[in-house]
Amino acid sequence: MTALRVALIGAPNSGKSSLFNTLTGSHQKVANYPGVTVERRSGTMITEGGHDVKILDLPGIYSLNDRSLDEKVSREIITGAHEMEKQPEVLVCVINASNIRVHLRLVLELKTLGLPMIVALNMHDLAARDGIEINVDRLSEELGLPVITTIAVRRSGVEALKEFLNRDASAYAKPMGIKSDTSTRALQKEAGRITSLVQVSEGGHHKMTRILDSVALHPVMGPILFFIILFFMFQAVFSWAETPMDLIEASFATLGEIIGENLPDNWFRSFIEDGLIAGVGSVLVFLPQIIILFLFILTLEASGYMARAAFIMDKLMAKVGLNGRAFIPLLSSFACAIPGIMATRTIANHRDRITTIMIAPLMTCSARLPVYTLMIAAFIPNNPVLGYFGLQGVVFFTLYLAGIVSAIIVAAVMKKTITKGTLQPFLMELPKYQMPRINHVLLELWQRVRAFLRRAGTIILYAAIALWALTLYPFAPKDASEPDIYYSFAGLIGRALQPIFAPLGFNWEISIALVPGMAAREVAVSALGTVYALQGDEDQVAQSLSSVLQNSWPLPTALAFLAWYIYAPQCLATLATTRRETNSWRWTAFMAGYLFALAYLVAMIVNISAKALMA
Amino acid sequence: MTRYLSELRIGETSIIAGFDTSRVEDKEFAADLEDRLLEIGFEEGLSIEVLHQGPIGGDPIAVKIGTMTIALRKMEAAAIILGEPQ
Repeated sequence: MTALRVALIGAPNSGKSSLFNTLTGSHQKVANYPGVTVERRSGTMITEGGHDVKILDLPGIYSLNDRSLDEKVSREIITGAHEMEKQPEVLVCVINASNIRVHLRLVLELKTLGLPMIVALNMHDLAARDGIEINVDRLSEELGLPVITTIAVRRSGVEALKEFLNRDASAYAKPMGIKSDTSTRALQKEAGRITSLVQVSEGGHHKMTRILDSVALHPVMGPILFFIILFFMFQAVFSWAETPMDLIEASFATLGEIIGENLPDNWFRSFIEDGLIAGVGSVLVFLPQIIILFLFILTLEASGYMARAAFIMDKLMAKVGLNGRAFIPLLSSFACAIPGIMATRTIANHRDRITTIMIAPLMTCSARLPVYTLMIAAFIPNNPVLGYFGLQGVVFFTLYLAGIVSAIIVAAVMKKTITKGTLQPFLMELPKYQMPRINHVLLELWQRVRAFLRRAGTIILYAAIALWALTLYPFAPKDASEPDIYYSFAGLIGRALQPIFAPLGFNWEISIALVPGMAAREVAVSALGTVYALQGDEDQVAQSLSSVLQNSWPLPTALAFLAWYIYAPQCLATLATTRRETNSWRWTAFMAGYLFALAYLVAMIVNISAKALMA
Repeated sequence: MTRYLSELRIGETSIIAGFDTSRVEDKEFAADLEDRLLEIGFEEGLSIEVLHQGPIGGDPIAVKIGTMTIALRKMEAAAIILGEPQ
């Protein structure tokens, strides 16, 4: 027997995603629709009666106007016009019992499509608590559709709906009495009429939300609270993650050693040790940061605070033509651009989302820290500045600031040129505050982690292997006077690139280190170690490197190298994520291109002006 | 004199009388604004109250309509006419 195809549809804040999570549990898949940035969430469920049900969670929308990609995809699927997705057999339209006037309009609009439909009157327990009473039988009668009450966050709250879905596709009736006038205004009038008939008592504003908002949206306390939350989040990402990160690093090192001791010293051992384990390890080490960051973001999202954060930040973001919602993805990018780019899914407008993705790598991610730390320790004396601050700290801060300022400029330029388009309204419902459900947050967290791990296991792994081969082959001649890497393909490429990098003050050692450094930024440190023929783990290499570099690089070169790292897209994983999230090689190429161009330009300016100042 | 939502102060309550999207400068944006406002829950005859204003220049604003809180920019609020329904 084939599974019943059910699609969940509803307005934002109807509790649709919670309903989907409770119905399908861990039996769900998250992917993208081909060619667009719309997320496809699907899952399976088995009813008590043994019926298989395939559930598709359509994007949250207010109407089917084809205004956004979300609306277009949803309309195509429901009408059976989508090229890949089969038309669902039954629609479940989720409406929030606290807000039926607005949500009924969507029900009426969907009804005109003629598909069998069930209305899930969700969160009626919360609505009842706020004094809202709804005559469910009357609602069903007026709509001419079955209405089932649900409490999406509880397993027992969806039993009635599960029960109702326990039947064959042919058992669902198509809606009757469809009106032909479907203008937004006519639909709204009808929704208003039904609301006044079925809503026994109107209820008031959610008290708790009102109290919390008097702080969270206060013109002075709101921003303070916002920055406290941000500070705490950052603290957590950097300090809580430290121990597990060290552990991961140490276990990969031990794993490499064990394998190294038990394998003969040949290419295969080098492949496993330096290619596979070191390559994957260098990316997996960021997993703790990604988990903590997403735990914060998902919890804030589920509680309803995220919309308030967007409210606080909107004016600032609007100055560069972006929406308040772009703030969180950019913030995440300070830990790592990969989760940041993944988090742009909350931005509904395609052009705004692209702009945000493009500037995300300009936020100083934690992979740059080893490079910055090395260079600053080697070249910047820690003289006191203005009495309180050390010069090293000031340089650090300047590097962060340079990334942020550049991002603002790039966004402003993009919004005036290539991502120019109709202004996007900020218009957004601020949902009621809710206690986040731990199991739902963990479920969503697992999906993010799985997406990250899958990439680490595929594209990042291949890249690591390719770079390993490039740095190893061909072997150096017996009477070699330079380190082995000098004679390898990476060395050849680096030396060939050297004339190009000469205006930046980069020597051949740097040019070679930049090649394996493509895999991930911090790899450049160990690559420099290889070039200068140093042995030992990352910390030891960094320490001895610092003194070697001090003696062999002029200061303008060091400063230019730092400037290069503010911009250069030296991270294949970010480019791979961009490709996946934008579904476009052109945008991926654009990102790589403009970042390299900026890196080159700024590093050259820094090199030349530093030389001129020192002359 | 006609009053618009963008002029309503915090704590003040009024009634939505209609929409005038011609007050928005960007014409392409204005063309779709009325439908968007209707879809999210703005409707003639409903009571409206300004609850909060953003930290910079009092923009955006958060308004209460029924049981909902909706955030919008002042520029968008300028298209909402207040008073008695016409």
